[in-house]
Amino acid sequence: MTTALSAPASQPAEALLSLEGINTFYGPVQVHFDLSLQVGRGHIVCLLGGNASGKSTTMKIILGLVKPASGIVRFADETITGLPTPQIVRRGVGSVPEARRLFGEMSVRENLLMGAFTRKDQRAIAQDLDRVLGLFPKLAERLTQRAGTLSGGEQQMVAMARALMSRPKLICMDEPTMGLSPLWVDRVLDLIAAINREGVTVFMVEQNASLALEIAHHAYVLQTGRIVLEGPAEKLRTDPRIRDAYLGGQESS
Amino acid sequence: MSSWFDYTVNGLIIGNIYALLAVGLALIFGVSRLINFAHGSVYVVGAYAGFLAVTQFGTPLPLTIVIVVAVGALLGLAIERFGLRPLQGYAHIAPLLATIGISFVLDQLVQLTFSPDPRALPSELLQKRFQIGSGTIGALDILIAAIGIGSAGLLYYFLRFTRLGWAVRATAQDRDAAQQMGVDVDAVNRTVFAIASALGAVSGLLVGMYYNYIDPSMSFQATLKGVVAQVVGGVGNVPGAIAGSMLLGLVESYGIALFGTSYRNLFAFILLIVVLVLRPNGLFASRRQTPPEPMTGTFIAPSKPVQISPRTLLAIALAAALLPLVLPNPYVLQTLTNAWLYGLLGLSLTLIAGTVGLISLGHAALLAIGGYASALLSLDLGMPVGLSILLAGVIAAALGTLLVFPSFRLRGHYLSIATLAIGEIVSLVILNWDSLTRGPIGVSGIPPLSLFGFELDTDRSVYWFALGVLVVLAALQFRLLRSHLGRTLRAMRDDDIAARSYGIGLDRYKALAFAVGSFAAGVSGGITAHLYSYINHETFNSQLSILALTIVILGGMGNVTGAILGSVLLVGLPEVFRVAAEYRVLIYGIVLLLLVRFRPQGLLGTV
Repeated sequence: MTTALSAPASQPAEALLSLEGINTFYGPVQVHFDLSLQVGRGHIVCLLGGNASGKSTTMKIILGLVKPASGIVRFADETITGLPTPQIVRRGVGSVPEARRLFGEMSVRENLLMGAFTRKDQRAIAQDLDRVLGLFPKLAERLTQRAGTLSGGEQQMVAMARALMSRPKLICMDEPTMGLSPLWVDRVLDLIAAINREGVTVFMVEQNASLALEIAHHAYVLQTGRIVLEGPAEKLRTDPRIRDAYLGGQESS
Repeated sequence: MSSWFDYTVNGLIIGNIYALLAVGLALIFGVSRLINFAHGSVYVVGAYAGFLAVTQFGTPLPLTIVIVVAVGALLGLAIERFGLRPLQGYAHIAPLLATIGISFVLDQLVQLTFSPDPRALPSELLQKRFQIGSGTIGALDILIAAIGIGSAGLLYYFLRFTRLGWAVRATAQDRDAAQQMGVDVDAVNRTVFAIASALGAVSGLLVGMYYNYIDPSMSFQATLKGVVAQVVGGVGNVPGAIAGSMLLGLVESYGIALFGTSYRNLFAFILLIVVLVLRPNGLFASRRQTPPEPMTGTFIAPSKPVQISPRTLLAIALAAALLPLVLPNPYVLQTLTNAWLYGLLGLSLTLIAGTVGLISLGHAALLAIGGYASALLSLDLGMPVGLSILLAGVIAAALGTLLVFPSFRLRGHYLSIATLAIGEIVSLVILNWDSLTRGPIGVSGIPPLSLFGFELDTDRSVYWFALGVLVVLAALQFRLLRSHLGRTLRAMRDDDIAARSYGIGLDRYKALAFAVGSFAAGVSGGITAHLYSYINHETFNSQLSILALTIVILGGMGNVTGAILGSVLLVGLPEVFRVAAEYRVLIYGIVLLLLVRFRPQGLLGTV
């Protein structure tokens, strides 16, 4: 079960998002066993784990794409369990879905504006577009290009920029470094840190533990639907149990 | 020259009408990956709504159009609510089957309300014509063109410049991602169904005015034409659907000019098959574009089939064989004979659609091939009837497999559409090939059933004959499913890529299964022809194809016993309770809807 580390160096003062006692099923298969976790306001929290550990499903629970059998999802002091996805998005949860999932036939500009779909304040949207393009200058050159024609790394930038356009309090990222070249992986991680410095809380699901822990404040390790390890990122970076969790070592099973 | 001008104008006008249908189908396919087979029913309802408004209340044209738009939109919302939304998360083919069920229900309701007889839809615009050069153009032509172009313009504006339009486009490209941007995809679905159905209803009204003629059976043809136009332009592609419609309208119009009216639909369906086989993404798809996500056509709800021991089956077969001795009621025997013949059709389709996963929507064509083959062999060549039926099975197997072979590379919905079109082509060839099939007159004086020179002239002997054939073929099919071949076929159904990577030549096995299945259907058609003593191109119509599918789903896909049980229930029971014919189709539609929704694995379970 949960193995909390002894000395919490950067314990979050206040949780923006919390999952409490989540149990999820896909048909007869149980995906989550009494899963609980917290994401502190202003932090980067990452959820690590191997294949089929239930990481992506956790993401879908938060976004309301999958409904848990039991348990509570709280966001900004409000219970959002069971709300339809658009309602959750409206409350300030942005997402960078797994494998980017851009609208391939639409232009980059249209993709970014789709990110602001829930907003109606045209002038502020235009300002945010400029702001986001300041953060991702490369996209400014590509605005009229069809999103499907961009390279993987550029698409990842569009996906992150698109998520920012809704002015989210929290951005959920599902494997943002997946399928990218090493150069782009570093670039994307830098950008996530930059987004976080602007005050956006980040919850990211990753397989690439060592890289993710470089920018995260706090991390959880998920194994077959259970949190087996959690703690501040700098502690986990050197923790041998991280390796055990991935390789299915005895301690964690 | 002037006649060519007229044919071109006519082709473009018909193209406009098809476009109103096809654009709706494309929008619906875009956001929900569904080919809406109820679209033609919306068109018919639109035509009748207009008819009612004009003849009963004398509404002026603009008001009539508004009424028709409103009726269409409401109907679209209802179809989305009852046909589509409850089926989210089901297999892709489930909503498609549901829309087929809905279309049966709607068409039949229209027919019950307004009678199947054609009605005139009067319009004061019909008479006005303007001279242009050497040709003429009618006021109604201009109206239709204006509505077509106007709707296209509005739609373009909607999709490009409105929030909801953006939501529709985003949903069409990636449903999940759109949801994560805060798009309420259910609302998008509702909007699209309302818009598409409003356009479809207007199309029905315009066609009614153009030909001054409406009848409930227009529905199926309208769906087919819309689907053809859409596939030609690229499924789900709105501008493509418009271009495809114009092309289809022109091809039909020139085809009529060259060959005559009865060839019109033949051109449409041949165009469809050619496009499906050569350019499944449509003529206007860009090369870069990735093909639409593969839709596996299997409708196999995982289930544990009900186990019936061979001894029980034998006992049931024996009881069925002894029945004429116990209950020599000719009405019951005839009804059950009919059920056995449909059982043969069921065996055929349950193998092809269930075991192999090729959902055929044109199965009646195999009956027609078998029926005509046996009738003509015995009539024109004087072949003994028993032998002609056997040969009819062989001919159906050979011809059916040959016709469908080029379509084996298609998957999911596309294959179903291809089979539907092939079914229509067979029926149209029968209609037009006068020298062989006697064309629209049909074949009469078909000799009665006989076996080795003995005429089967009692209800009892016919009953035994049909039952005997059914039992033999069912036993063979049981044997086949248990064999290595049966396992191979199921493996292809469950994962064709995996099957191929294990060295299974897909096309060959599909062809083999199709041939075996077609044999049973051909035999069934052959026996039927001799029982009826008269058949024509409409004896084995497309409704039979859907009935066959319902039988198979009711029994459980791939389930041999299920296919027979399904046909006894669907063909036998309405007969026993003497349900009037016009309510039967209604019942089939409702049964299909309920099955898809509540018991997709059928009564006896899928195999």
